[in-house]
Amino acid sequence: MNRHVLNARRLLCPLPVIRTQDKVRQLQPGDQLEVVCTDPGVLQDIPAWCRINGHKVLETKSDNHEYVIVLEVSG
Amino acid sequence: MMKQPKAIALISGGLDSMLAAKTVMAQGVHVEGINFFTGFCVEGHTHAIREKDRTKPKRNNALWVAEQLGIKLHIVDVIEEYKQVLTKPKHGYGAHMNPCLDCKIFMVNKARQWVAENGFDFIITGEVIGQRPMSQRKWTMPVIAKESGADDRLLRPLCAKNLPPTLPEREGWVDREKLHGITGRSRKPQMAMAKQFGMADYAQPAGGCCFLTDKSYSAKLVDLWQAQGNRDYELDDIMLLKVGRHIRPKPNFKLIVAREEGEGRFLEGYKRDYVSMKCSSHSGPLVLLDGEPSAEDFYLAASIAARYGQSRNAVEVDMAITGKDGSERTIRVKPMTETDLPKEWLI
Repeated sequence: MNRHVLNARRLLCPLPVIRTQDKVRQLQPGDQLEVVCTDPGVLQDIPAWCRINGHKVLETKSDNHEYVIVLEVSG
Repeated sequence: MMKQPKAIALISGGLDSMLAAKTVMAQGVHVEGINFFTGFCVEGHTHAIREKDRTKPKRNNALWVAEQLGIKLHIVDVIEEYKQVLTKPKHGYGAHMNPCLDCKIFMVNKARQWVAENGFDFIITGEVIGQRPMSQRKWTMPVIAKESGADDRLLRPLCAKNLPPTLPEREGWVDREKLHGITGRSRKPQMAMAKQFGMADYAQPAGGCCFLTDKSYSAKLVDLWQAQGNRDYELDDIMLLKVGRHIRPKPNFKLIVAREEGEGRFLEGYKRDYVSMKCSSHSGPLVLLDGEPSAEDFYLAASIAARYGQSRNAVEVDMAITGKDGSERTIRVKPMTETDLPKEWLI
């Protein structure tokens, strides 16, 4: 398992979702991806995208107008 | 036994594409969704930048629709390719800078390519004859099918009975009798169909999904092109057109003034790319300067910026100017009065 970080700051949805989707395509099942965003919409959209595609959201957090979602890539 | 046919549905997030996909899924077809991001799509999140809009739903409707339907959604970034569609539309623009017919042809063509690459059989759209004044008319239906290259692999389940049978119908992948014959701008048939499918919640239907149909946004885009002398644009350019108050006092620069705290925070992210200014003697908004202002222009810009904060009634105010490199200096100006600000400067 590898952990990766994706900087999606300044991007407005759906771009953080698109960048997440494109990054996940390059990862292996079990890998974790931490997506760092500034658009609060990601708190809805990235988990929705994960549910549709079967990936698991491990953590979501907000801090000083940044929003971080950690997901695990499914098989 | 016939293999399960596979279709890709263009999902905008509105009711029509949702119903079109559902109609075909109900016939046993495997359906996945595709959504194209042009950079001009209206999303709740663009409004979510603004504090006052925080109570509005922030969901991405295309994702939400896909989840309701239980299908995968492929979101495709077409920002670069879309520039050709917007700047040179073969079929022209609608009421504003919206190249709706070329846009639909482009998206169906992209879906056609996706179908070919992924072993799918046909394409579904939520188009309805007569629904939209530019792109959804009787004569545009065959134009879209032909110019996109999709031809008869393009199925419009909501109005199929008003059109010649397509390949999916002729092959028996779908039963034409179970498709629909909706026409016109009324939303009642779609709402009745949504009720039949048990869909209680859906995005407000028809229109409003693209900033290019917005008069104010289109004016800002035209201004951008005129100022730079060509029709090129980058993603940041078109994002910034969605945010703040835009004021162009001279051809060589414009101001982007945050209207409230949320926009200010968003514009903060651009301080390394633009010269910015903020009142240091009073409370006031963050302002970006786009273009190449001269030394004298900074005084003009600062006096305009000063009228948008608590400094508006002050005799003189201090404006802190921050360069792209982070360097700072302060100038003292008199805030411009409302009557001194020509209306034609407001884009």
